[in-house]
Amino acid sequence: MADSSRTFVVIGAGQAGGWGARTLRDNGFEGRIVLIGDEPHLPYERPPLSKSALLGETGLEDALFWPRSEYDTLNIELKLGVSATAIDRAAHQVTLSGGETLGYDRLLLATGARPRVLPTPGADLDGVHYLRAIADTLAMRDDIAAGGPALVVGGGWIGLEVAAALRKQDRPVIVVEFADRLCGRAVTPAFSDWLLELHRGHGVDVRLNTGVERFEGDGRLARAVLSGGETVDCALAVVGIGVVPNSEIAEAAGLKTDNGVVVDDQGRTSDPDIFAAGDLTNHPNALLDRRVRLESWENAQNQAIATAKAMLDAGQPYAEIPWFWSDQYDVNLQLIGLPQGWDSEVTRGDPADGAFVTFYLKDGLIDGAVAVNNGRDLRFARRMMQRAIKVPPEELADTSIKMQALLKQR
Amino acid sequence: MSDTDVQFHAVATTSEVDEGEVQQVSVGRTDIALYKLDGDYYATDDICSHAYASLADGYVENGQIECPLHGACFDIKTGKALTAPASVDLKTYPVKIEGDKILVGVPTDKS
Repeated sequence: MADSSRTFVVIGAGQAGGWGARTLRDNGFEGRIVLIGDEPHLPYERPPLSKSALLGETGLEDALFWPRSEYDTLNIELKLGVSATAIDRAAHQVTLSGGETLGYDRLLLATGARPRVLPTPGADLDGVHYLRAIADTLAMRDDIAAGGPALVVGGGWIGLEVAAALRKQDRPVIVVEFADRLCGRAVTPAFSDWLLELHRGHGVDVRLNTGVERFEGDGRLARAVLSGGETVDCALAVVGIGVVPNSEIAEAAGLKTDNGVVVDDQGRTSDPDIFAAGDLTNHPNALLDRRVRLESWENAQNQAIATAKAMLDAGQPYAEIPWFWSDQYDVNLQLIGLPQGWDSEVTRGDPADGAFVTFYLKDGLIDGAVAVNNGRDLRFARRMMQRAIKVPPEELADTSIKMQALLKQR
Repeated sequence: MSDTDVQFHAVATTSEVDEGEVQQVSVGRTDIALYKLDGDYYATDDICSHAYASLADGYVENGQIECPLHGACFDIKTGKALTAPASVDLKTYPVKIEGDKILVGVPTDKS
C-alpha cells in the first residue's frame, strides 16, 4: 500500500505521543497521522508542573513542546480532550470516547501512567491533590494561594519537589513517608540520608515510617490523622506515591502486558501493527541486561523517537543508560543507571561544598551515579557506563583530573 | 555574513582552548561557546536553543556539542540541531586567528 494512503494513529498526547507523531513525519511518513490526547492541551513536558509552574514562576505555555502552528505545518491531526476506549485489532480500528471509530494501519500506544490512588478515608476531600497533569497543577495553585500548612504524602521525587516549592513560599510542610527512608526505590541509603538532611535543613518536618490513617474535614480538608495517632492541621495535601501504567486498553485488546505493555527493543508489542513507548512500556535494555519500565522524561522522548522509526520499518534497537533529574531548592540532582548490587562507592568532590558525584561501582565498572549540582561530570560518567570503560576509583575521585580527560584517554 | 556586518573581538588566546574542548566567552551581552576541532576554532551561541543551559558545560565529541541539560546535540561547525529535544539551530560566528589571539565576529548590533 502506498505510504500516503496509510493512517498511523497515536493514542496519548504527552511526551512520548508528541515526539512519536512528530518523528513519523520528520522521517518521511506521508500518510495521515492522528494524535489523540485525553487532556485538552497540546503535548507538553511534565517536569515544570511540580517545580516552577507550580508556583506560577513559569507559564504553562512554556511547557508545550511546539505551538499549534507546528502541528499544522507537520500535518498532524489533533484530537484533544478525547480518549481512546477500545482497540479492535482484527478490524484495525480504535473507538474514541465520543463513540467515533478511527481506522489505523499502525498504532502507537503512548498512554503513559497515572498516579497511584491512596486508599485512605477522606482522600476524596477537596484539598487532597495528585500531581501529574496541567489540570492538577492549576488546581493546586489555587490551594497554595489560599495559604495554610501542607501535608505531603510520599517522600519520592514528586513529594520532595512539591515540598521544596512550598517551602520557597514559607509554607509549613510535613512530609510523611511510609518507608524508612526517602526516595528508597531510586537512591542508596546514604543518599536518602543526604536528602533527609537537605529537606530538614530547609524546614520540612519529615516523618519516616509514617503513613496517613485518614483525612478529615467538612467537605474540605482540614486535618489528617497520621499512623502514630497524631492529628496534624493541613489545608492542602499532595499525594505522590508512585504511578501505575495506563495499560488497560492494551490488555483489553489482548496485547501482552506485565507491569505495562510488553514491547521489544524497538517498541513492538505482541501485535505487529501496534507499538508502544514511554512510561507505559516494559521494555528490554541491552545496556542494563534486563527489562525495565521507566518513568522518565528522557525515555518518554527517546523511546518514542526510536519506536516511531520502527513503525516506518527503519528501526534500530533502543537502549540508553537511564537518566533522571530533579530540582529541589538550589540543588539540581541527576541520576544515571539503576544501580543494583554495587560493591563499592566513590565520591568526586566534597558533599559539604554542595556539588559532588557519587559513583556506584560493580566489578570496577560504573553501575550508576548520582550528581548534586554537577550534571556535567555525570554526562561523562554516563558515557563511561555506556561503553563499559573502567576507570580506577582513585582517578574518578580526583577532581584535579577532568572527567573528559579520563574518558578520552581510554 | 560578510565581514562588513560583523565586528571581530579578541575573546581568548589559543592556549586557552584545548583540542576537542569548549570554552565560554562573551562579547558584550552575547555568550559564545568557542571550540577547537582538529586544530581549527569554531564559535556558536553558548546558550542551548532548547532550554537555558550553557553549552560550554557540555560534551564535545565527533564534531558535535551535547547540551549538559537535556542532551540535545548540535553540529559545531554549522550549528545545526541534530537531536531532540532541540529543533532550532544554533547561531554560528566567524572566527579569525591573529598571532595567539582568537577573534570572534559578532554582528555589529549585538556587540
